[in-house]
Amino acid sequence: MSETQDMIRDVQDYPSRLNDPKSKRFETFSYLPQMSAEEIRKQIEYIVSKGWNPAIEHCEPENAILHYWYMWKLPMFGETDVDKIIAEIEACKRSNPNHLIKLIGYDNIRQTQGTAMLVYRPAQ
Amino acid sequence: MSQPKRYEAGVKEYRETYWEPTYVPKDSDFLAVFKIVPQPGVPREEAAAAVAAESSTATWTTVWTDLLTDLYYYKGRAYAIEDVPGDDEAFYAFIAYPMGLFEEGSVVNVFTSLVGNVFGFKAVRSLRLEDVRIPLWFVTTCPGPPHGIYVERDKLNKYGRPLLGCTIKPKLGLSEKNYGRAVYECLRGGLDFTKDDENVNSQPFMRWRDRFLFCQEAIEKAQAETGERKGHYMNVTGPTMEEIYKRAEFAKEIGTPIIMIDYLTVGWAATQSLSKWCRDNGMLLHVHRAMHAVIDRNPKHGINFRVLAKIMRLIGGDHLHSGTVVGKLEGDRAATLGWIDLMRDRYVKADRSRGIFFDQDWGQMPGMFPVASGGIHVWHMPALVSIFGDDSVLQFGGGTIGHPWGNAAGACANRVALEACVKARNEGLPIEKMGREILTEAAKSCPELKVAMETWKEVKFDFDTVDKLDVQHR
Repeated sequence: MSETQDMIRDVQDYPSRLNDPKSKRFETFSYLPQMSAEEIRKQIEYIVSKGWNPAIEHCEPENAILHYWYMWKLPMFGETDVDKIIAEIEACKRSNPNHLIKLIGYDNIRQTQGTAMLVYRPAQ
Repeated sequence: MSQPKRYEAGVKEYRETYWEPTYVPKDSDFLAVFKIVPQPGVPREEAAAAVAAESSTATWTTVWTDLLTDLYYYKGRAYAIEDVPGDDEAFYAFIAYPMGLFEEGSVVNVFTSLVGNVFGFKAVRSLRLEDVRIPLWFVTTCPGPPHGIYVERDKLNKYGRPLLGCTIKPKLGLSEKNYGRAVYECLRGGLDFTKDDENVNSQPFMRWRDRFLFCQEAIEKAQAETGERKGHYMNVTGPTMEEIYKRAEFAKEIGTPIIMIDYLTVGWAATQSLSKWCRDNGMLLHVHRAMHAVIDRNPKHGINFRVLAKIMRLIGGDHLHSGTVVGKLEGDRAATLGWIDLMRDRYVKADRSRGIFFDQDWGQMPGMFPVASGGIHVWHMPALVSIFGDDSVLQFGGGTIGHPWGNAAGACANRVALEACVKARNEGLPIEKMGREILTEAAKSCPELKVAMETWKEVKFDFDTVDKLDVQHR
């Protein structure tokens, strides 16, 4: 009781700042801790199970609000092998170690991105 | 060629002309199902035919000018009647209205007939329009959503999750600068949108122009701070169309992405005009539904919300409030699932377990985001993600601003809870059943969420629903 009440009463400052790179967010899953390899694998399985086409994009953190990030190669049309998709994320990361990496599932039936999620955020 | 009829003055029984049980509805017909409670002694067929007649071509007595028209073509026809499950006094009447009876692109015209004088007609004790089938030809003559779900996602760059909003509280009395402060705090904490309360128009305590300017600064700073795209539904609802356009033009001029209207209180024609303006001006349109419960809550009289939702998709909004199922406001779960499909999908099949009586083809018309708003907080998040799926806007008013550490903390708690639920759902977990574990785990790295969970752990809204689906209950 009292410990919980103390925590509620002990008002904390919300630490986001204009000039602090740590305050920057990058849409879906950017409010959660960096996903582990196993967690990323499950999200890829979700994209594949939906029948969506996986794609990888990357960007300098300071330009992330722009709509167009760099496309890593081409979307992997028809790719259902989770290991191959993971290998591409790793290859993108090796080539661009200071970039954010986003995983997209293109839904060509609804003509939209079924999902787009942050899978890698470089250490600041 | 049929023989021309002779004129016989007098009052005829409606069923002689308007009850046609052998009629096979055409794809081009408007179909409607009414729930009718007739006056004592009025047979069902006569009551159904009376409703068909009074909502289409007939008046109370035969008139000679009837014989100058092709009445056989223009009349509405009652073609079926059915028992209402669990209700001995009411029955369903199915009525078909032919193409040509209604003006293209005008829901105003259609519903002036369907829910016009007939609702005050003495031969029925009460009357409710439960559902309509809108023929595809009519769908294609209406503007529809200015942008639709997928264009909005592209503009805002948000995918794979519901969007998050918050209605700024208290509803009335904040000054424009204090109001903008509340907006800024919500947006910097991780919400996608904040919303003007529907009652906030342009009162003496806060005029619209001042509010728009302060809220726009709040949006711009929160975007710069978080790196994410944000919006505030600037309510342009006003007393005249001239005022509404003036406010909308100013919202566009200052570069805001989304405005808001209340479609029942300003009217359908006004809303359709604004919808067209929004498409022409690249402005998203959020639609609130004040007054709907006056029309849709009584299970025996009025118009079911699924019809009001169909009307709004035709008029064209990008967001429409749908009820939450779990919050403080009325809403049966199955019925809500039915009308959120009708807002979003291209084709919705008849499904009586969701209260949907007809197949509905929307052709290529874009969908609207259903908006769940009213008395919801973090503990509802697993159920909301499960009920509404990704293409929805979840709005926590008190559930953001009521956080003990303030709006930014409340917003952050909701955003973390949302992302944790979406991530778990994608992993294949049963998120409603495992809600407690999922939120508790997420709160380990988010003290804002932990505090929110402690604050609202006891709040429930489990009153019985008044407008339930009609089911056998004996």
